[in-house]
Amino acid sequence: MTSIIEVEHLVKKFGDLVAVDDVSFDVAEGEIFGFLGPNGAGKTTTINILSTLMRPTKGKVTLCGHNVARRPNEVRRCIGMVFQDPSLDIKLTALQNMQFHTGVYSVPRDVAKERIRTVLEMVDLWERRNDTVQTYSGGMRRRLEIGRGLLHYPKVLFLDEPTLGLDPQTRFHIWNYILDLRKRLNITVFLTTHYMDEANVADRIAVIDHGKIIALDTPDALKRMVGGDVITLKTDNPEAAVAELKEKHNIEAQHGSEGIFFEVQNGEEFIPTLVKNFRSGLYSISMRRPTLDDVFIKLTGREIREEGGGEAVLMRAWAQRQASGGRGFH
Amino acid sequence: MKDNLHGVYIIWYRDILRFWRDRARMLTSMAMPILYLVIFGTGIASFLDRGEDFDYIAFIYPGIICMVVVLGSIMSGITVVFDREFGFLKEVLVAPISRTAVAVGKAMGGATIASAQGLIMLVFIPFADVQMSVASGFMLVGLMIVLALSLTSMGLFIASRIRSMEAFQAVMQLLMFPLIFISPVMFPVETLPGWLATMVKLNPVSYGVDAIRQAVMGVEASAPFGIELFGYRMSIALDVAVVATFGIIMLMLAIRSFRVQE
Repeated sequence: MTSIIEVEHLVKKFGDLVAVDDVSFDVAEGEIFGFLGPNGAGKTTTINILSTLMRPTKGKVTLCGHNVARRPNEVRRCIGMVFQDPSLDIKLTALQNMQFHTGVYSVPRDVAKERIRTVLEMVDLWERRNDTVQTYSGGMRRRLEIGRGLLHYPKVLFLDEPTLGLDPQTRFHIWNYILDLRKRLNITVFLTTHYMDEANVADRIAVIDHGKIIALDTPDALKRMVGGDVITLKTDNPEAAVAELKEKHNIEAQHGSEGIFFEVQNGEEFIPTLVKNFRSGLYSISMRRPTLDDVFIKLTGREIREEGGGEAVLMRAWAQRQASGGRGFH
Repeated sequence: MKDNLHGVYIIWYRDILRFWRDRARMLTSMAMPILYLVIFGTGIASFLDRGEDFDYIAFIYPGIICMVVVLGSIMSGITVVFDREFGFLKEVLVAPISRTAVAVGKAMGGATIASAQGLIMLVFIPFADVQMSVASGFMLVGLMIVLALSLTSMGLFIASRIRSMEAFQAVMQLLMFPLIFISPVMFPVETLPGWLATMVKLNPVSYGVDAIRQAVMGVEASAPFGIELFGYRMSIALDVAVVATFGIIMLMLAIRSFRVQE
């Protein structure tokens, strides 16, 4: 398979802040490639460089065979964007937003007319085409943006947190559209997300933290890294429980938002052994198969979901880290 | 090239479409100049006595047309700030058209709207009691377009540098007053003290007013109120050259500014 995206030693600095730190990866044509990491990890910055909105400080980025810094217009023609933040003209109707798009992408008029109809029907907005976008709900706007990103038949579709802030039902629908499209048009999808279940649809995932790729593999392979089942305990004295686990079973448990947790092989068999003679008071025990969340914790020692949203948070977090000299976002 | 020309058209067309949906706003921005014309014009004319053949309302009328065009032009920059705030600018900047096409399309959109506002002011011809030939009417329209393009470019350049709506409004308030009033809009400049006369000559709007006044009142009737630069009386052609040069510089700055947007 040929690579449609090639990134070699990409670096992006904002003044002294290193937002993307020597990142390299390739994406094959037709692949769904996920970028997973907390807000502020450098996901949006990378997407902005790949989509020609920002220039790399160092490194080489090639899309559809064109260098993003030298031939931005060729790259733009080949990509479709669905941004993290809304980018529709809410004062215009859905139809007018679509016509603007086919206009600036030079889709011939007769082709455009037909394609706009196909896309609007696909995202279930054809009936509402003559309503201004400001009358649309969040989910409808998102669907319209995704539809618009596909209008010029891009080879690569960028989805930057495509379902951020949407309810589960809408997220489910939107994903159905995207997967269906990929099958029909064989487009490459470049996805950034910090929802774990969303990242699961990717063929390969790059885990990114503090501007660096710390792991890159298929979701299953990444989960195998965790090695075993994840057991979570709720207890009235977490400190004592952690100490007891260390003493009796030689297990290094960690504190998480749900209680204390650790990994163990054959969890089903371990639980009875654990409960027998456990001194610290237990409220509950739960066990599950590893998720990408656990992968992230394994790799960084932190949970992925704890931060707020947006590029502003990124900048603030970086600035804070610089000022305090410390690590982490807690 | 063809794609870029088409891009200019699409950018222009969207601005017109958006404006048309919101056209009531146009009247609010024209209300102030109209009040100046009717109230100030009548009020000041009532105690001015510069001789029998001087008509104050006919004097300020071309100035008020300029005021409408200038206000409309530089305020059109707000659409850029608006697009940035609502995210639409990203859709524009990631499209495969050159930044030059974006800036030119925007400048033409704003200039079209500002010129249209200027045109509406022609309904006050009977009130101002000026005599205009058809030829000078066409001349007037051309001059309004040049002035509008030039100042829209300035508005664009400023807007491309500003991130928030509040900041843009503040900068505009600060700029608007000197641009409009330190010019021959409301008073003739030939009797001004030296420092003020110098400031008037530094203001590009002054040359727009001078050209439009010559077109509306006629070259002869407006002769006493003209601007002299280096001892030379400015003709319409020279005024246009000054306004256009200013506009081209502003447009180039705006294009450069769009190119380095991050």
